[in-house]
Amino acid sequence: MTELLAIGTKKGLLLAISDDDRQSWKIGSAHFSGHSIYAVAIDTRGAAPRLFVGLESSHFGPSVAISDDLGETWQEPDKAPLAFPADTGAAVERVWQIVPAAGDVVYAGVQPSALFRSEDGGRTYELVRALWDHPHRPEWGAGFGGQAIHTILPHPDDPQRMLVAMSTGGVYRTSDGGASWAPSNEGIKAYFLPDPWPEFGQCVHKVARDGADPDRFYAQNHHGVYRSVDGGGTWQTIADTLPADFGFPIVAHPRRGGVVWNFPLVSDGQREPVDQHCRVFRSTDGGDTWQPQQAGLPTEPFHVCVLRDAMCADDAEPVGVYFGTRSGEVFASRDEGETWSTVVAHLSDVLCVRAATF
Amino acid sequence: MPTLLIPGVLRAEAGGAARLEVTAQGSLGAVLDEVRDRWPRLERRIRDESGTLRRYVNVYVDGEDCRRSGGLATAVPPAAEIQVIPSVAGG
Repeated sequence: MTELLAIGTKKGLLLAISDDDRQSWKIGSAHFSGHSIYAVAIDTRGAAPRLFVGLESSHFGPSVAISDDLGETWQEPDKAPLAFPADTGAAVERVWQIVPAAGDVVYAGVQPSALFRSEDGGRTYELVRALWDHPHRPEWGAGFGGQAIHTILPHPDDPQRMLVAMSTGGVYRTSDGGASWAPSNEGIKAYFLPDPWPEFGQCVHKVARDGADPDRFYAQNHHGVYRSVDGGGTWQTIADTLPADFGFPIVAHPRRGGVVWNFPLVSDGQREPVDQHCRVFRSTDGGDTWQPQQAGLPTEPFHVCVLRDAMCADDAEPVGVYFGTRSGEVFASRDEGETWSTVVAHLSDVLCVRAATF
Repeated sequence: MPTLLIPGVLRAEAGGAARLEVTAQGSLGAVLDEVRDRWPRLERRIRDESGTLRRYVNVYVDGEDCRRSGGLATAVPPAAEIQVIPSVAGG
């Protein structure tokens, strides 16, 4: 078994490989040095793992590169793989999410908030017009990180159904393959708006789909942690036993229903763990109760934020869980969060991590 | 013919060339349109898909910053030297 851990940082992409069941890691040199890597996807369905990387130069803009040989070589098309049509007058500022779906379909979420769809394995993309033309779009706000679609969750069995989430705008769903989109935020509070229970406008930070029930979701919002058991139709709080309801990532077990991980932060003003205590919280009952996991994590005061895509799970048995920090450390657990060890330290800000077993 | 001087960090997008000769004349926009057709990966690092110069890329036509001389409408004489230089930014 080989495990690949892709670490996207503000200063390039690192690939860590483990050949001994995730006990030790061999870390190569940085790819795309000087670029910020906000999005990585690993598609293990083919003969070799395919890596998709969303990269951004602060001078020369965004792009997407693909590797089929674990980063030995990268393919980047001549023409911009992700580009707004001329009539929109818009330009891609950043690629926040890349998600391979059924067949050769690949979705990408970008800033400004837009969804792109590829039908040729990610070589060329087209703007999903119905979402771009949505009448709500002029009212979608911008968070500090920008106005972006950062979560894309295609239905595992039904290509007509998909959920996306954006900051700031909330959750939207389609059930007709992207031809129409409806807001899906009932029950999610937006304390920062005059109407705290709006139809849309919520600042969702991340949404995860339950590993066993495709109609069950978990959402970490800008204050608020929620669960939906009806495909995103309605949401209920699951923050009662968490130490804080603020945070960025939320990660679901790939197979076991009701198992979710979260990294709570004090508040939007402070953005550090409660009591400066580095702890992951896991629920095994769909968020009704949460338990801290900290064995092997730093015990000294910990002031650091974990960003929305800087936490992930792999699909091994038992599941591995990973998170990276804005202080450039990456931690891994090979036993579903019971114990942790440091994979690497002294990187630039970790923007995203993705892991896959092959 | 106008000549484009390419900074080291972008030469990989121009087949390794430090200088590129273009046939387009008239305006900087016309020159960059030719660059888009012949070296698309280079052009999209200078302009975004809406045709706007990227904020932290500076282009000088015969030593004059195009942002002070008409932007993409800046006149490009037949023997002009066009420098593309990343600005002081980043971190």
